[in-house]
Amino acid sequence: MTGEEMADRLIYLDNAAATRLDEQVLEAMRPYFFDTYAVATSEFGYSQGIEAREVLDEARAALANALGAAPEEFIFTSGSTESSNIALKGVALALSKKKGKHIIVSKIEDFPVLHSAQALEKQGFQVTYLDVDGEGFVDLDRLRGSITNETILVSIQHANQEIGTIQDVEAVGRICREEEVLFHTDATHTFTRVPLDMKKIAVDLITVSAHTIHGPKGTGGLCIRQGTQIAKWVDGGFQEFNLRAGLENIPGAVGFAKAVKLVTSKETKRLQEMRDHLIDRMLAEIPHSTLNGHRWKRLPQNANITFHFVEGESITLHLDMHGFAVSTGSACFSRSLEASHVITGIGGDHERAHGSIRFTFGRYNTMEDVDAVVRALAEIVEELRNISPLGKNEEKEEV
Amino acid sequence: MKFPYTDIVLEHFRHPRNVGKIENPDGKATEGSPACGDMVSVYIKVDPKTNTIADVKFESYGCASNIATGSIITELAKGKTLDEAKNITWKEASDALGGLPKIKAHCSVLAVEGLRSAIQNYEERHGLIKEKVPTTVEIVRQRLRKVVNPLTGLNVVRTNLVQDIKVKDGVVTVLVDLPRDHQFVHNIKDEILEKIEPLWDVKEVVVEFTE
Repeated sequence: MTGEEMADRLIYLDNAAATRLDEQVLEAMRPYFFDTYAVATSEFGYSQGIEAREVLDEARAALANALGAAPEEFIFTSGSTESSNIALKGVALALSKKKGKHIIVSKIEDFPVLHSAQALEKQGFQVTYLDVDGEGFVDLDRLRGSITNETILVSIQHANQEIGTIQDVEAVGRICREEEVLFHTDATHTFTRVPLDMKKIAVDLITVSAHTIHGPKGTGGLCIRQGTQIAKWVDGGFQEFNLRAGLENIPGAVGFAKAVKLVTSKETKRLQEMRDHLIDRMLAEIPHSTLNGHRWKRLPQNANITFHFVEGESITLHLDMHGFAVSTGSACFSRSLEASHVITGIGGDHERAHGSIRFTFGRYNTMEDVDAVVRALAEIVEELRNISPLGKNEEKEEV
Repeated sequence: MKFPYTDIVLEHFRHPRNVGKIENPDGKATEGSPACGDMVSVYIKVDPKTNTIADVKFESYGCASNIATGSIITELAKGKTLDEAKNITWKEASDALGGLPKIKAHCSVLAVEGLRSAIQNYEERHGLIKEKVPTTVEIVRQRLRKVVNPLTGLNVVRTNLVQDIKVKDGVVTVLVDLPRDHQFVHNIKDEILEKIEPLWDVKEVVVEFTE
């Protein structure tokens, strides 16, 4: 592809999907590929295995500490998909005979939670899919009203993957504690960016991942409060406190711990400034644009805006040719050809999902990137509106 | 850089031909896909002496393949007789673009249908309205040939997804050979409803799945 639209540099604004690895993370991981590559053995194993065990324990302690948990409350997994699968299916397996078969999730959970719930439904579990309001918040009274004697688990995300809405997990935890129901939260997008402390919040299971914080892909974790009834889901050896079998991914664990260490509150504040700058400029400078989610109670690194009368895949393709990577909730972009369940879940119609674009920031973005994407988008949206059969009258009225 | 489309598609996407409205068109139509949300409007001017398409324009509220197909279809149709233009297929449009991804068939077929509907609109306005015929299984089957199976890019009749059609007392029942939790169940169902519900004597459309 050649031509006037070709970009010389990629401005990556899809950090919720994956992030660039930090070189310091790679350096921390390197010795565990080439020098200390042995399996983590018991304390009676050979020396390289003992060394691997110690390194794994250190990484585990660092990650547990970041969530206010004890080291034996944190297990490593292959990522947040597996973590949420273990949380929902493990609790279901442990409690279905003892307590009941009812699970509550929000309608706008990410697919690992949503599809695990649907899979359990097929196995005879009852699932309540809680509605959310126009900004994506779960109604706490409705949550309480949905809990029955049969309810074993509530799974409500810490923040939404698309529109960034941060739920009141403290209140959700309080309700679950009072009603004696386990509470799982998917913190894939909030981990290290929005505080979540197991000592302060009554949450029993937390899903986290390294891929959103410039750590390695294929590494995640599940924090499981001591005493939580959960069955083993991945069978094999006795690794991860006999809760998740499989050879430990020591470089991954080390990289995950390093990635957590590298996140600072100063950096998070910088991401938030970029987010706010982008939202303010887009809404002010591009007519007929609507913010999806709450203006402040949202992920510091997330903005999601619908540009009416135009379609998202067309926008992303134009942006791609200009050198920007973003994502959209349009059905045309998805593998299922369905509009974003999050945008329709907050009461948006198909049209609102059709032109929705998600921008997510990371360590390697700058304010200049924000200004550049605003400039490019203003042009692209105008061009696409010129060929759209919709919105012509509305625009004239405003001019 | 790697893009999901051919160079010709990208060229038409970036510089679409014949964009806009025609003032006082001889025929016009808007087609929309409930499954993907795309929409396309087609406007034509007809030369009554030669019965050919003198001018054609389109507007798109859609994805790249929708825009590119709208653009190419106007190029293919211009100067053709109404009968020739009516017979332009999605395959011909796709070939002219160097090929489209199968999964994009149902957003790009809209432009092809938009052109046909605009011609039909012209014919109806000029006293060529057909008589109302009662809906039969065969009419339903014909209409279902416009519903695309996103997995193959081919219509659901041709790919044997439609297992049974019943028409009784204004109720049309279509049995689709797919499990209820199949990835594309919702958009196939929506498109079937869209195609069958407008039939003048149909009161209700029921779409059933085999599992």
